Parts: sequence; C-alpha cells; structure tokens
Amino acid sequence: MDSIFILKTIIILVIFAVSLGIAAYETYFERVIAAYIQDRIGPDYAGPFGILQPLADAGKLFFKEDFIPTKADKWLFILGPSLAMLTALLTSAVIPFGDSFIYAGQAVLVQGIDVNIGILWVFGIVSLGVYGILIGGWSSNNKYSLYGAIRAASQNISYELAMGLSIIAILMMSESLSIRKIVEDQHGINWNIFYQPMGFIIFLTCAFAECNRTPFDLPESENELVAGYHTEYGSMKLGLYLFSEYVNMFVTSAVLASLYFGGFNYPGMDWVHGFLVKSTSFTVGHNLATGIGILVLLGKICFFIFLFMWVRWTLPRFRYDQLMNLGWKGLLPLSVINLVITAAAELSGKPLMGSWIGLACFAVVLGLIWPLIKPKKTAV
Amino acid sequence: MQLTDRSKKTDKSEMTLLETLYLPEIARGMGITLKHFFMKKPTIRYPEQKRYLGPVFRGHHILKRDEQGRERCTACGLCAVACPAEAISMVAAERVKGEEHLYREEKYAAAYEINMLRCIFCGLCEEACPKEAVYLRHDKFVPVFTSREQVIYGKDQLVEDMNDRYERDAWTKEEMQKLWDKQK
Repeated sequence: MDSIFILKTIIILVIFAVSLGIAAYETYFERVIAAYIQDRIGPDYAGPFGILQPLADAGKLFFKEDFIPTKADKWLFILGPSLAMLTALLTSAVIPFGDSFIYAGQAVLVQGIDVNIGILWVFGIVSLGVYGILIGGWSSNNKYSLYGAIRAASQNISYELAMGLSIIAILMMSESLSIRKIVEDQHGINWNIFYQPMGFIIFLTCAFAECNRTPFDLPESENELVAGYHTEYGSMKLGLYLFSEYVNMFVTSAVLASLYFGGFNYPGMDWVHGFLVKSTSFTVGHNLATGIGILVLLGKICFFIFLFMWVRWTLPRFRYDQLMNLGWKGLLPLSVINLVITAAAELSGKPLMGSWIGLACFAVVLGLIWPLIKPKKTAV
Repeated sequence: MQLTDRSKKTDKSEMTLLETLYLPEIARGMGITLKHFFMKKPTIRYPEQKRYLGPVFRGHHILKRDEQGRERCTACGLCAVACPAEAISMVAAERVKGEEHLYREEKYAAAYEINMLRCIFCGLCEEACPKEAVYLRHDKFVPVFTSREQVIYGKDQLVEDMNDRYERDAWTKEEMQKLWDKQK
C-alpha cells in the first residue's frame, strides 16, 4: 500500500512539475512563434536557441521591486495573483494524462484524482479562476484595473454558458462526468470530434475567451486599459498572473484534447499494446504502452498550445460589444441547436451518421431562413 | 476625383451568411500566418553579422599615402572649404630637407582634424581633394563616442596605415555592378 501511495505521489508531483515546466516554455515558444509569424527570429541569446529565456525572464521578474500601491487593499492585492495561480494549477488534477501504470500487481492511474464529477471540477475551478483577476483588479484601486476585472468577469460568465452547453452534448454521448470515462469511450480513433464538430468549434472559441487569449483578451487590452487588471502589478506578482494564463492554456489544451481528440487514445493503440506485451512481459509492455499514450496526449496538447498562439498572432481583438454579441447571440443558440442535434442522433441509434445528417439539415435550414433572421445593420 | 491609387474599394455591403460565420476568413488568415511561419527570415544578427554596404558607402575618413608611403595631403584647404558642416580644420607646414620620404609635396598638413560630431558624411571633401588624399572608407564606421574628447579625430586616427592599406572594392559603375552580381 505504501509503495502505491508513493507512486501516486510521484505521479501527482510529476504532473505538477510538467504543467509548470510546459507553462514556462510556453512563454518562450509564444515569443518564438510570434517572431516566426512576423518574419523575425525571436529570443535566441540565452543559451542555445534561447532555451534559457524563461529562466532569464523569471530571474528578472524576481529581482524587480515588489510594489504595492498605497491606496490598494494590501491583502487582496497579494491574494489576487495567488488565487489565479492556485486555480490554474488545481484544474490539472482531474485530467487523465495516461492509462495506468502497473506496479506490484496493482494498476495506478496516471491522473491526480479520478473523481466521477471530473468535468464539473474543471468547470468549478475555472469559474473560481476569474476571482483571481477580479480581486486583483478591484483591490488595485484604479479605474483601468477595475474595468479590466469587470470585463474579465462578464466575459467569463457569458462564455461559460455556451461552453457548458457544448459539453453537455459530450456528456450525453459518454453518459458520465468522469473525464477518464469520456476519454476511454474514444478508444482508438473513435474520437468525439467526428461526432461533435460544431460542439468542438463552440468549445474552442469559449476556451479562448475563458483563457483571456486573443481575440478575446479584453480584460488586458493594452490600447484601451493600459494593461487591464494587472496595471498596478509588477515583479513576480505580475509574473504569477502571466504564468497562470499559460498554465490555464496548458490545462485547457489538455481538456480539449481529452474531450474531443481522444486524450491518450491513438489509432492502432491496441496493436501497439499487444505487440509490447507479447515482446516483453505483461507489466512492462502495459507500462510502455501507457508511456506512449502519455506522449501522444502531450503531442495533442502541444498542438493545441500552438493553435492558441497561432490564433493569437493571426486575429485582431474583438470589440466588447462584438464579444458579447458573439457569445450571447451566436454561440449560445448554436450550442443549444448542437444539443438538440446530438440528442436526436443519440436517440436514432446511429450517432455518427445522425449527427452529420443533423448538422447538414441545420446548415440547409439556416441557409434558407437566413434572410429572415439576419441581424439588422446598425449604425456605428 | 480619385485621390488614391488603391484599386480595391472598401466593401460596405451587408455580409452574407458565410461571412458572418467568420470561420472561412479565419482559416484563410491562419493560412497566411502559417505561410509566414515557414518563410525564410530576413533578419541579420547585427553585431555578429554585418551586411555588405556596397563599395561607395561613406564611412570613416582616411588620409591616403602614396605607394612609397608618403602622405598625399598638401594642406591646400579645399576639403575644408567644400565641407558644408565646417568639420575640417588643418595647419599647413613647409616640408624641410630630409622629410621627402614622409610627404609627397613641398607643403603638408602638420595637423589635420575632423570633428566627427559635425561631419555629415556627405563625401564632398573626397570630391574636392585635388591630390586624391582624403577618402571616406566603405568598410568602416566611425565608432560611437562616449566622451567629448573622442569627438575630434587627428592625424593619428586618420592617416593610412601602410601595413593595412585601404583599397576600394570598385571605382567605376561597371565594377560595382559586378560586385553586386557576385553577391547574389
């Protein structure tokens, strides 16, 4: 029992360290990808190819003056970034990073905790995450910070609705809230993306908004609000805010990969598992296959992180009314329709064909009634 | 009246359904950024890597010597007259017996100073010089100053070093064109 406990602890610590390490290198890759998209080279002085850049950045932030404005609420001012970081790190607890390691005859799941309300946990914690921004922005006692904080709050609340509804469609298919169950249902290449293309696009858009990433980074839109909610922050407190954004990006990518792209499943995984078990012993083969699964999931996560950055350096920022229009008038009705299509497809007994036929019908109907329902052009 | 030569007019008509979806245009935009992602970068890493500025770049001044190592400058003062920024000043002296190996003409510049804060690197001194003595190097910049004492360059910094003679890469247009072609 003790060794299992130690193994579990190691797995949790490794997940913690990996999410921090990937977040640190996201800051580097963000700059490199931005540079490459803009035909530049990017940071390459700190170490070979600049791979020590995150260390240099962190060192710089640590040695900056840790400043608290006189009129700010001191304790809330400190609580803000801490809460942002805490909630960002808590989310990865329920994500299944791999199948299981067999040790001493017992299977240990590669996951922080396998709770049966997994996706609700993610939602709860992500909703708490906005408190970090809200408290930080409010306690700064600065109108631009407050504007940023309020924007973050209303944006997150608006987009959580469409996000939740698009997830309900997934839950209807898997009939479980546990992320592990959802992932295991997508065995091989039976991924949810093929059943839920529209749900995926809605979820992806909402994920951008929840992470406060461009094109939805209105809470910190620097040309209107100086720096939004972190205007008054400096030193490592600012670092924690920026870092929590990158941790959030990592976790969101992991959730996206788990919900829609099969998590640690990949085509031909049964053959690989069988081959490894046959060529070694069952325990070693199974553990190796799990390792490959973890690498596959990491690959998917890296792709989504790249997608986040790619979109950031392609699309300009939305205006605030456009953001609200998209959330309430665009994504919310679409996710309800997606829900109906999924329900009908599930009831028909042929979910794959049903959902595509449903989507095709929806597209035809939308094209027909579009002249009637299209939004009135308003003078700007 | 047409004020611009922009051929594409701003389209203010109502968006179609496909356009309100955003997605096709987003995909197109992401295609463009991805194309740039894989493009060759035009960056030149400046302090380590320097661009060739061409054979007629006007940089650091040099007072040439002739083949026997004698200073060509005869302190006629035409460069100082031509200089629009009044950066050049000199003191003339007469060559005495035994100095024939040092100075080509009977008169020479005992002091020749260029104020590099005034100099605008126009190259008029080079054009004015009847003795082909003063040139602006194409291969060397005047370095950054850190104090006012470094601003005025005397003969010690300007006269050509015989062990490290300065040669232009090209003197005529045709030679220059050949150089550029070789670069490509």
